[in-house]
Amino acid sequence: MTAIRRFLPGWLSTYAVLYLLFLYLPVIFLPIFSINTAATPKFPLSGVTLHWYEDLPRTPALIDATWNSLIVGISASILSTVLGILAARSITRYRYPGRRTINGLIMAPLVLPEVIVAISMLLVMLQLGLSLSLFTVVLGHVLVCIPYSMTVLTSGFEGFDRSLEEASADLGETAFGTFRRVTLPMVAPAIISSLLVCFTISLDEFIIAFFLTGTEATLPIYIWGQLRFAAKLPGVLALGTLLLFASFVLMTIAEILRRRAARRTQNEGGLYA
Amino acid sequence: MLERVQSERVQADRTMIEIRDVTRSYGSFKALDNASLSIREGEFFSLLGPSGCGKTTLLRMIAGFDTPTSGSIAVDGQPMDGIPANRRPTNMVFQSYAIFPHLNVEQNVAYGLKRLKLEAGEEKRRVEEALAQVSLTGLGKRRATELSGGQRQRVALARALVMRPKVLLLDEPLSALDKKLREQMQVELRRLQQAVGITFVLVTHDQYEALAMSDRIAVMFGGRIAQVASPKEIYQRPVNRQVADFLGGMNFVKAEIVEENGASLVLDTLGFGRVRTDKPKAFVRNGGAATLGIRPERLRVLWDNATAKFEVAGKVVERHYFGEITHLIVEIPGLEKPLSVTETNDFGADDIPVGAPIRLAYDPEALVAMAD
Repeated sequence: MTAIRRFLPGWLSTYAVLYLLFLYLPVIFLPIFSINTAATPKFPLSGVTLHWYEDLPRTPALIDATWNSLIVGISASILSTVLGILAARSITRYRYPGRRTINGLIMAPLVLPEVIVAISMLLVMLQLGLSLSLFTVVLGHVLVCIPYSMTVLTSGFEGFDRSLEEASADLGETAFGTFRRVTLPMVAPAIISSLLVCFTISLDEFIIAFFLTGTEATLPIYIWGQLRFAAKLPGVLALGTLLLFASFVLMTIAEILRRRAARRTQNEGGLYA
Repeated sequence: MLERVQSERVQADRTMIEIRDVTRSYGSFKALDNASLSIREGEFFSLLGPSGCGKTTLLRMIAGFDTPTSGSIAVDGQPMDGIPANRRPTNMVFQSYAIFPHLNVEQNVAYGLKRLKLEAGEEKRRVEEALAQVSLTGLGKRRATELSGGQRQRVALARALVMRPKVLLLDEPLSALDKKLREQMQVELRRLQQAVGITFVLVTHDQYEALAMSDRIAVMFGGRIAQVASPKEIYQRPVNRQVADFLGGMNFVKAEIVEENGASLVLDTLGFGRVRTDKPKAFVRNGGAATLGIRPERLRVLWDNATAKFEVAGKVVERHYFGEITHLIVEIPGLEKPLSVTETNDFGADDIPVGAPIRLAYDPEALVAMAD
């Protein structure tokens, strides 16, 4: 017993370090090779340069892809957040039969195989007679974003003390005024958090965009196209590093806001605090 | 302002809230069953009862958060049917206080005033006045999250009072406070109500709170109003055993009705003999049996050779010490249940030995007849 106790801590920390290395080593390679002077990703580095980064804004196809990604990301995040607000509000505020089932069905796309979802969506779009474009990509991204949006928003709406809205009505405010002056400011952090999460997911999403886009490439599709040319690899690495950094920052802000929203909606101090 | 309050005081018996035959059903369950009540202007009125008796349902229907299944509610002569909460001349202090956490104290208090579009100076003046009324002057810039329980309660009060409602509704406002603060707030609430002259309707399950603060009390059980009267009358002349039991301790003695006429009853009891009492207003005879009640503090210990016109004799079987008072359990020959007696400790009631014979004096006025 004591032997195990003495033995375990050392091994546990080794295990923890290996675990983290496994998770983050590939991610760390990306920025390292993106500043290598040689075009092939190999150690030792032949020299340090920001050349690949400087080249990025001079690539018209990349600029187009960035614009496309921004358009898709912004549209998808707004749409899924609006739909998410409605669903999250209904699920956290009201009690009705089938509530849990509906919640489960909304969350399901999270675990469905994305390739299958993409193919099914492609079939549906074609059946509907929609020509493939950024619009169809937005629809696809809304589908995958809603579960994330729901998760963030339910945690923000959960525990929202109903008497706060009643107090507002009691003080003479209309239903719309109450939403604007009480509900919205209180859940605003959760809403912004949801927008950021959805935007990040849409920005990085490849499979659905690949199936559903027409001729316009989003950033991940552009990167996929570039991988065929060995000489373009450092540029892709530089772009990947930037995307990685952007995602990391956006998700951190989103998480901070989500926690703030969850704290805010609790009405501490009363009997039901 | 002062003048207005005084002129209102003159017509003290004007009805402010009229509740007529109000029922609220949830499926087959009736949260409120055919309740009728009229609350006077400027009155501190309490709805008292155990949880689930319908008192909160009634309060929420006055506020407009719930709708009667049948019956009607009028405030200041104006029917409230179809009028939403935001257009009613009532304001509420919520049990959870419902302080807006994203606003500071001042913004919370000014919340309802914003819609009235007052001049900036006037709004500020009214907020200051309301904060002063609840002794929160100088705390206007505090964040809602930086307040103690008692302060949150005061903010909730100020936020409602600043609207100058015709009726202030209070939903168990003191239940979240500790005992000492609660007693202090009872006194303050009563003083505040008298200062502003607004009709207060308080919901509570605490009988002492209701007795201490109210002009009148409605005692409710199972969705029905059992009795409406002043605290003193409710306590001294409870209409039935349920009301008597809910408002403090009461000894119940089996009695036989010997004679019944318009105003009085003559009852035969084993322990107290034949007694004549006032007939309660709502007394409905149920066969020949009735119950006679007497409060434990209305039985006094007779020391040494002292005598009284009305007395019962028995034996002490239990003694419980409570600091300023002692609680004695006394067996009386002929009574199936021993009597509870509370006696102050000034003369040594805490030293009476268990098993000792004892004589108790009582005032026949303190005996209450109740239907069985």
